[in-house]
Amino acid sequence: MKRIGLKMAIMAILASSAPSWAGESAAVRNCTWCHGTGAQGYTVAPRLAGQRPQYIMSQIRSFREHARDNPFSKQYMWNAVAALDSQTARDLANYFAAIPPKGANDGDSTLASRGRTIYLDGIPEANIVSCYACHGPNAEGVRDIPRLGGLAYFYLKGRLEQWGQGYHSGTESPMPMVASHLGPNEIEALASYLSFVK
Amino acid sequence: MVAACSVELDASGGRRGGRIVKVLSVRLILQAVILAVAFSATGHAADSGVPARQGGLEAKLEYCKTCHGLSGQGYLGYFPMPRLAGQQPEYIEAQLRAFIERRRTNPIMFNVAHVLSPSMLTALATHFRGLNPKPFGGAPRGSLAEGKKIFEEGLPEANVPACSACHGTEGKGQNEIPRLAGQVYAYTVGQLKGWKTERGQGSAVDTSAIMAPTAHNMTRSQIEAVAAYVSYLQ
Repeated sequence: MKRIGLKMAIMAILASSAPSWAGESAAVRNCTWCHGTGAQGYTVAPRLAGQRPQYIMSQIRSFREHARDNPFSKQYMWNAVAALDSQTARDLANYFAAIPPKGANDGDSTLASRGRTIYLDGIPEANIVSCYACHGPNAEGVRDIPRLGGLAYFYLKGRLEQWGQGYHSGTESPMPMVASHLGPNEIEALASYLSFVK
Repeated sequence: MVAACSVELDASGGRRGGRIVKVLSVRLILQAVILAVAFSATGHAADSGVPARQGGLEAKLEYCKTCHGLSGQGYLGYFPMPRLAGQQPEYIEAQLRAFIERRRTNPIMFNVAHVLSPSMLTALATHFRGLNPKPFGGAPRGSLAEGKKIFEEGLPEANVPACSACHGTEGKGQNEIPRLAGQVYAYTVGQLKGWKTERGQGSAVDTSAIMAPTAHNMTRSQIEAVAAYVSYLQ
């Protein structure tokens, strides 16, 4: 809380003077307030910079329809998107997608190689599918399949755990099935590896 | 027996003209007989082996469907995942073996397939035949008429036989010849464009050799037209 308070104070000062804020619309600022400077992510709010625009739009839709129902989504995102019209949602998605993403690099580096193996090969003996088949060789995502490379460890770990705990995302996502086979060790390894992927 | 069949195909690979047709039909008959024998043998194995591990089969099917779609209708990930629903079991088995033996290059499917026991392989292949979801859809509709013509008549000037001659008038396939009906458009396009870089790898020539000249002789737009046409067949 203390850190958030400090950050808000800093942002308030920056907002009044920094020229980089001049080009940002009020709609963008409403997002970056939580999603971090340059939309690079901050604590529980994931990085939006460089994310696939179709994915951002599909998630805005799933917040609006209350399909994505994990606690932070309910607490923050359901209200945040309630008044967004679809044109604004599309503009925001394209705006954030075009910002070059910075890697979080905050996982456990000793687990990264184990995570990389699971990402590429899965664990076929345990019916754990390869992540690479859908998310791509560099975890860059495609269409409405999200970019995972360089997202924060805390966020990746939380998302992977939540599917196993019965929370939802979109209606079509195969992720609940994928994640239900992952144990805590696999989740930590994957989240660690992905936080370092550029 | 499968190995013997491969040698036969290899020996006839380079011939031309009318002979090819004759050799092809002999090949197909030979293949069909071998597959019929092979299938009746593996059928027994499935009877005795799989029911004891029913939970294992269910879990493995869910694993397949995570990528290939909940009804086996196919899926678009970073790579297109082919439809398995309604597919010929002999074809699925043959491809899983090709992945394992690295005759068909696909790192993801090698990992998937190399842990499957022979009886599991047969049980999975048989399961998908019984599924009949609607096609995945999404293919461009601009060249469907051209695609239909290629499917039904081939491209005689380019030495491309009618697809329907082997894959059936409804594109359902038979034995080791795959079903094309309802196949994911991007998958069919990718396979026809990259036939020789993915299939028939290594020194052992397999049945994929039959399609190599056909795939090679089609232009990109012809491939896209026929892939779009078959993607909508039910």
